[in-house]
Amino acid sequence: MTTGTEAPAIGLTHMGSEDTGLGNRGPQSKSIVVPYGFWLFVLSDMVLFSALFATYASLVHATDGGPVTSQLFDRTTVAIETLALLISSFICGIAIIAAKRENMFWTQTALFLTGFFGFVFLVLELTEFGHMISIGAPPQRSAFLSSFFTLVGCHGAHVTCGLLWLGTMMAQIWAKGFQQHIMRRLLCFSIFWHALDIIWVAIFTIVYLIGTLP
Amino acid sequence: MTEHEQPEFGNVPPGEPHDNMLSETVSYIVGLGLALVLTGISFWVASTTSIWGPGVATGLVVLAIAQMGVHLVFFLHITSGPDNTNNVLALAFGVLIVFLVMIGTIWIMAHMNNNMGVSPEMMNLQTQRG
Repeated sequence: MTTGTEAPAIGLTHMGSEDTGLGNRGPQSKSIVVPYGFWLFVLSDMVLFSALFATYASLVHATDGGPVTSQLFDRTTVAIETLALLISSFICGIAIIAAKRENMFWTQTALFLTGFFGFVFLVLELTEFGHMISIGAPPQRSAFLSSFFTLVGCHGAHVTCGLLWLGTMMAQIWAKGFQQHIMRRLLCFSIFWHALDIIWVAIFTIVYLIGTLP
Repeated sequence: MTEHEQPEFGNVPPGEPHDNMLSETVSYIVGLGLALVLTGISFWVASTTSIWGPGVATGLVVLAIAQMGVHLVFFLHITSGPDNTNNVLALAFGVLIVFLVMIGTIWIMAHMNNNMGVSPEMMNLQTQRG
């Protein structure tokens, strides 16, 4: 990545020309490029989830005589999970605001609460999975259950990774302070965390609410 | 690695809050409020009997898309401003692929299932083995 003093990469500027379509300032700084690249990753992650949603929608009725959606899902649990993840996403935004002001106490507090509500969500989800397996609805029971555990489990795995990342960010902010490269990572984390909440909106609507309609 | 931060022209990264602390906090609170309202309506629509039954699923999908929009605007700060063009274009392409994959798959798989020339009990997905 070029800094302001080095010669910019070939193709990114046209020396001396005012109208290049890319500007004559060279590439954007890392604080723009890195979150933008991460945004592209998050979007490709959503494409991955769209394939899992499509699989689920194709297989939701292939129950092989086993349990069907309306027998398995509990709306109260899902409502609490939804609330926990939404509040977690909201507090993550507060953490970014505090971090921009370089306020260590509020940044760490907000990040801890973000992780706490994320953890609540994860515990509820794993409890639900355990309950389903114990009543004879494990992933190998039917194509519907395979696709259910793949879709919702993939989201849960993302949340787990997000929690590990969150812990790392708290440690890095604590140890290294609000340096620019740490702030970039924190912003990327917040993009990831908000994106997970967006995917959960689709999951609770398509899997849980539509699945339990009378 | 040394970093030479120059003033930014014309671009903001996604998820970057506004500069003014009050306005950015208000943005998150408005987003949280709208998301809570939309979630509440979703759960209400799913459990009420006062809405025409076959329309409920469509209504839920519309509410979900609305809530995703709320998250994008108020939490990820994707705006229509000129400094957000790159973010919006990437998002538009992502949405295009997502819809192609989902609608294409559901459409094709439903038709293939209907057109399979097999015995009636095999036509019923509920009896198909995984």
